[in-house]
Amino acid sequence: MSTVKKHDFISEEQQRYATWLSWGSRSGLAILALSFLAYVLGWLPARIPLEQMPDVWHLSAHEYLKQTGAPTGWGWLQLIGKGDFAGLLGIAWMSGCSLLCLLAVMPIYSRRKDWVFVVLCVIALLVQLLAASGILTAGH
Amino acid sequence: MFTKIHSKLECAGGLIKANSLVLGLSLSLFAAGALAAETMPATSTMPWWGWALALFITCFFLGIVAVPSGVGGGVLFVPIVGGFFPFHLDFVRGAGLLVALASALAAGPSLLRGGLANLRLALPLAVLASASSIAGAMIGLAIPASIVQIALGLTILGIVTLMALAKKSEFPEVEKADRLSSALSMSGIYHDAASNQKINWQVHRTPLGLGLFVGIGFLAGLFGMGAGWANVPVLNLLMGAPLKVSAGTSSFILTLVDSSAAWIYLNKGAVLAIIAVPSVIGMMLGAMIGARLLHVLKASVVRKMVISLLLFAGVRALLKGLGIWV
Repeated sequence: MSTVKKHDFISEEQQRYATWLSWGSRSGLAILALSFLAYVLGWLPARIPLEQMPDVWHLSAHEYLKQTGAPTGWGWLQLIGKGDFAGLLGIAWMSGCSLLCLLAVMPIYSRRKDWVFVVLCVIALLVQLLAASGILTAGH
Repeated sequence: MFTKIHSKLECAGGLIKANSLVLGLSLSLFAAGALAAETMPATSTMPWWGWALALFITCFFLGIVAVPSGVGGGVLFVPIVGGFFPFHLDFVRGAGLLVALASALAAGPSLLRGGLANLRLALPLAVLASASSIAGAMIGLAIPASIVQIALGLTILGIVTLMALAKKSEFPEVEKADRLSSALSMSGIYHDAASNQKINWQVHRTPLGLGLFVGIGFLAGLFGMGAGWANVPVLNLLMGAPLKVSAGTSSFILTLVDSSAAWIYLNKGAVLAIIAVPSVIGMMLGAMIGARLLHVLKASVVRKMVISLLLFAGVRALLKGLGIWV
């Protein structure tokens, strides 16, 4: 053990991942907060009025979809102008920002011929894309 | 001399005040939870904004205690909100994942830059845990809520036992890295601010660690909780990563694991903005206060309080699932 200056030993890919993650998470939180404000302050009309939410939020997700006709998968994007669905944009952004981080570090691993980690990044990307795709379906 | 005594007294006073505050908060949570459980009908007469505000305040307090106790907000969120609020467990788990994800995303960049989270250690574990979290989320949304509630209660009681009994090792002894971790270069250096020293570390028992992360990811997706409570013991006690690296890398792993599971909940319509957003914002604001109180709070007191809170919430989830205390 020896005394060192902080951060000297952080790898290039880790620094880059951190930078992209920082931008991704900050912008995601900003989108989340703004869209929620637009929802609760009525700047954007809600598909299901806020007053009616206590009548449906005790239902299971399956029953909720059946009663309200809310879309599954990426169907919410078509309703992005509605307050209750605009809020999902920030959530999707936060859930997806790791994709950009993984893409950003792949060229570094590739340049270094660290093929194992290139493959790991590709698998991680595919797992995230599979989850995000909406292909996987199951329900009550 | 007088100044020294005065500053010590002031410090002790601050400590007592802060601990009393946290104790008061915990008692309020217990009381509010019990009251909500007693009075909560299937459809409540309280307006939407009343529940949103109650959720925000609860998450704010949970955020305060989550940081000093060393547990993730998601672990506290799911059993407490699932037990004492009128929302269906599907939506609570969806929001729980987002609470854990938002906290992990907020902490991730600084953990990576400080070397407390390590990309080479995290990525292989996160890939497996992400894939299994998808399976956990799908199964969790496919089976009846009462079964999930019972399993959640049992898991929370298991976590309570783990928290009460598990030891921690700040710098575990790893004589030789195993072949897999050597091949993947799962080792590193971090700067320990407490001692102002560079700490070299390596890990062992990697195949077993990878296997356990499959199970951890599954539970994270199934219950919608961040899995820091399980990640840290596996990384620290089993694989031999230093405690700070284990905690930092665990938090970073959640950015990948929880996002995979969150997509499944989002695609299945199990995310409601009116539940998820006040929870995320409340928890993050509370965590900021919690981080500031970290220096004055007695960690052991907070930890005991959180164990009691989780014990209560775990029993509640179990009894709710069994239909005894609905």
